This record gives sequence, structure tokens and C-alpha cells, in this order.
Amino acid sequence: MAQITLKNLAHSYKPNATADADFALKEMDHVWQDGGAYALLGSSGCGKSTLLNIISGLLRPSHGRVLFGDRDVTDAATAERNIAQVFQFPVVYDTMTVRDNLAFPLRNRGMEPDYIKARVNQIAAMIGMEEILNRKARGLTADAKQKISLGRGMVREDVNAILFDEPLTVIDPHMKFELRTQLKTLHREFGHTMIYVTHDQTEALTFADKVVVMYDGRVVQMGTPQELFERPGHSFVGYFIGSPGMNFFDATVAGHTATVLGETLALGASYAPPKGRVQIGIRPEFCVLGRSGGLPFSIRRVEDVGRHRIIRGTVAGANVNVTLPEGMEIDADANRVLFAPEKINVYADDWRVSPEGEEN
Amino acid sequence: MDKTLNNKAWFLVLPVLVLVAFSAVIPLMTVVNYSVNDTFGNNEFFWAGLEWFEEMVTSDRLHGALGRQVIFSAIILAIEVPLGIYIALNMPKSGFWASFCLVLMALPLLIPFNVVGTIWQIFGRVDIGLLGHTLAAFGIDYNYTNDPMDAWITVIVMDVWHWTSLVSLLCYAGLQSIPQAYYQAAKIDQATRWAVFRYIELPKMQGVLLIAVLLRFMDSFMIYTEPFVVTGGGPGNSTTFLSIDLVKMAVGQFDLGPAAAFSIMYFLVILLVSWVFYTVMTNLDKAEGK
Repeated sequence: MAQITLKNLAHSYKPNATADADFALKEMDHVWQDGGAYALLGSSGCGKSTLLNIISGLLRPSHGRVLFGDRDVTDAATAERNIAQVFQFPVVYDTMTVRDNLAFPLRNRGMEPDYIKARVNQIAAMIGMEEILNRKARGLTADAKQKISLGRGMVREDVNAILFDEPLTVIDPHMKFELRTQLKTLHREFGHTMIYVTHDQTEALTFADKVVVMYDGRVVQMGTPQELFERPGHSFVGYFIGSPGMNFFDATVAGHTATVLGETLALGASYAPPKGRVQIGIRPEFCVLGRSGGLPFSIRRVEDVGRHRIIRGTVAGANVNVTLPEGMEIDADANRVLFAPEKINVYADDWRVSPEGEEN
Repeated sequence: MDKTLNNKAWFLVLPVLVLVAFSAVIPLMTVVNYSVNDTFGNNEFFWAGLEWFEEMVTSDRLHGALGRQVIFSAIILAIEVPLGIYIALNMPKSGFWASFCLVLMALPLLIPFNVVGTIWQIFGRVDIGLLGHTLAAFGIDYNYTNDPMDAWITVIVMDVWHWTSLVSLLCYAGLQSIPQAYYQAAKIDQATRWAVFRYIELPKMQGVLLIAVLLRFMDSFMIYTEPFVVTGGGPGNSTTFLSIDLVKMAVGQFDLGPAAAFSIMYFLVILLVSWVFYTVMTNLDKAEGK
């Protein structure tokens, strides 16, 4: 096991890439701590899988280096890196039994038969397949096959990292939850570095200690689920995480106040005047409705999603969402939306501006 | 949905029955008729019962031809199937060279059988043939018209040249359908090249390989034109395979009765062997699914 460092890493699928747009992965420096459980979150085509394949060595980056511990593995083959990877769709060896499938990576590394037997039984118990160990993998359901893939990914104890590339796409929703919990338990038990690629925020937030959000070939923020929620580092994180996403307003910011649509709003901290296109962002959870103060608001509709209600409305023509706890009265005459000042974040050109005095 | 019973519907299959009767059943029955009768022309038949069948079953001539046929089919299957797989594995997967290889591989399949025979007949001649002459120039004693071994080699090489492409193309299609993730997973699992072939490529090619083996078996078991053009079944009768012998017997010697009995047994043998092949391979498939 080792810490994985990406140094000035960038990748382009084109041979002579120069323009920014040519790069599937923009230059980045990133460290994956040994033993961390990371989720790599982002919309489709943002470079998540590319990054994963670079770490596992299936793809050689066009620029920069990959380090495992102190060792430069940029040019090392996949086999040398000793990495496990689970793919989006089940990959099983059809003609082998479930047992042989699980034992395959161990046998290829020439492990002792006794050890292989014990380890396979352990993994089988974990994925709940002890009963069918002697069955051929062919003819099993997609669910079962994907569980075998997961098991095969975790069977080696000495791997440097386990990479998951949207592994639960084909799994039934109730199984998803169960498997995710098992992965988490496993992580606690064995302490492997795990990187879990997904475009599903619930999956990312429940699995990982640290969530890495990617957007357009860049890592835009890495943080705990709470940090991503309360202080999104980039407007994309604001939109993408949370349901519904963050509300943004063009604003001018000076000191403790922001001016939006001619109205003055209090901020929780003091800001030096930011440069570029300035916006303030506020989570729907930190908005309330009222009859005075805040911004003019008109309600379009109310959605009851069970745990809370989402009020869809507009401020000066732009869509704004407000989330209210279940049971709280909605004042039908409310025509203003008010924000909790300390929950407002300030953005300049889509990147979050730290208030004065905040450790960055 | 309830289906109504309407016996008039049987009339709908009548056209097919008529067609099949004219194209297959009646000609086959004519052969059956010949096989149980003796005739001296003028459509006069004398009942012979199973006499011809008995004669053929015990005939050394037929045993010889059958033996040669079995050896021939076994050899070409043993060469063409592994060679075809090997070529398919090494063909480029995409781009210009992939198309180029596909066209190149398809060429032998497009050449009519008797032309293939003629090509090799001339190619192997010692006096004017490129191959024969070159070999002679190297001091190799090669003459397919005199030496049975040389004749066999020529016929086999010709068949391999003509038909390995078919196996390759079928396998290539099978290989192309394997998702990239399988190869990636194999790399992650640190599988050897052999393991990739054994556990990923071969299982995925199983279906097309079954077809390839069946086609090549049936075709080679019925082979007629090419060896007939090249060697005429000779030297002696060393390359006289079943169908060559059959034609000699039927239209060479006009022994219609024995030839008819022969061809019926020939037909049944091919049917039987193909059925066995098919059943064994599909059962293997099912057994693995359990």
C-alpha cells in the first residue's frame, strides 16, 4: 500500500495537444492518501474514468507523472502496479466457477493454495456467494456477476489501491445500499486505499471520507461531504451536490454586504472586493420565506418529497429553490426570500472566494 | 390468445412441400430406387433388395476411400482450426490494415472451386509451375503426379490455402465482439497471455468455432472438385476420396445400383457425424452453464 501522487498530470487523446480544450484531463497535482476512501464525483465525460485508467496503468498519461509512494510508476505496466479495479459492467470469466473466478488474481500471483482457499472463502462470505462457489459463472444474473467482479477486486490483500468505476450501475437499488455498506466495512477492516468513481452524489457522499469533484477535466474540489455541502469550492460543486442545487445570484460584494438586484444583503464574513464575475451562492436549505427583507420571490409550485418540501419559485425571472422542513407552514402571501448570512458563499468567476480571516 | 383450429391452414405449407419435393425428396427417392434395384437401362428394374448395400459395406474399395476421407478431414481440421484462430488473433483490430486484411482473407473464398484446382494444378507442375519448378531448382524431388505423398501434401496445402480464411474470419468476428473491459480486467488480474486466450477469447469464440468446425467438416468430407482437377484421384487411387470414388463408380463404370447404395450411406454418415458434432458441442455448452 502506498500513497498515490499525481504530479503535473494531464492527458490528451490527441497526439499534439496544445489548446486547453484538447485535454481530457487538465493539468493537476493531487495526492491520494494511503488508506483513504475517496469518491470521484462528476458528470459523464468529465474525465473520471480517464483519471482512473491512468492510475491503474491501463492508460499512459500524455503529460506528468504518477507516483506510488516514492516510486515513479508512470511507465509501469498494470500488472506491476498491483492495483485492483472493478468495472462498470460485470467482467467475469464465464467458463470458470465462481470459486476460480475469485481465486484467479491470487493464482496468477502464485499464492499458496491453502491461503487462496481461505481467502476465497472469506470473500465469498462477504459477498454472500458461499452457496454457489462451485457453479459456473455463466448463467448467473448481472447482479451476481457484478458481485463476483467486486469480490475479485478485493481478493488481493496487498494491493496498492482498489479502484471502482461506477461499479453499482447494474445492481438493484436495495442491493446497492447493501454492497456500499459492505465496501465501507471492508475499507475499515483492511484499510485499502479506495477510489470510487460515480456520478451519483448519494453514492459518493455515503461511501467516501473525502469526495473529489471533477468538472471539465479538472478536480474542482476535494473535501468531506460536509465541506462540499457548506462551502462548495466551485459553482459546479454547488449545482451538482445537493438536491436541488445551490442558488446563485449575480452580485456586487463589499465588506460585510452584498448587493443583489439593488437590495442589500448581509454576509456572514467580510470580503475583500473580488475580481471578475461575482456571484453569491446559497443552499436551498438555508433559505426561508417571509414578507419583508431579502429578495422579491414568487412561488411557482411546491413539491413534497417526503422528508421535506421544495418550493420552486423565481427571483427576477431566475429560478430559485427553497427547501423547507416537513410540517413548517408555508405562508401563501410570502413574497420575499431570506438567506442565512453565515451560509452565503461568494464566487468570483465560478471559484469560491475565501472571506478575510479564513484559513484556506 | 386462443387459437382456432382450421385444417385448411395446411394448404399454406403446400408450396414449400412441392418445392422441397421437387428439389430434394424426389431426386433422393430416385437414388433410393436405384439402390434397391438392378437395371440395364430402358427403365427396366429388377429387385435387388439390400444386395448393393451388403456389397458396398464389405467393399475394400469403399473402405479405402472412407479411410482416406477421414484422414483428409482430420488433417485439414487439425491445421485449419488452430491456424485460423492464430491468424484471427493476430489480425489488426481496426484501421486501414484491418480492412486490408479482411479483403485479403476473403479473396480465396471468392474463387470458384475448379479455378482453385486449376491454379494449384499449374502452380505445382514441375515443368511450368512456379512452385514445382522452384522446388525442383532447389533439388527437392516433388511431383504430385507420381508420388502419393506429394499429391497428399498438395491437396492439403490447397485446402488450407482455400479455406483457412473462413475459420479466421469467423473467429475474427467472435473476437471483435469482446468488450475492451475484459482485456483490462485481465491485465488488472495479472493474467498471462495464455490465460487471456483460454478464459476470455476462446470461450467467446466457442459459438463461431462450432459453426466453423461443422462447415469445414462437412465441406471437406464432401470434397470433390479441387482434388479431382489437381490429381484426378491419383496417383493410383491415393487421393481418391469418397465423392471422387462415387462419381467414378456412377458415371465412369455405370454401376448405378452400388453407387446409389454408396451415396445413401455417404449421406447418412455426414448427417450422423454432423449431428454428433453438434450435440456434443451444444451439450458441452449446457453443462458449463450449470
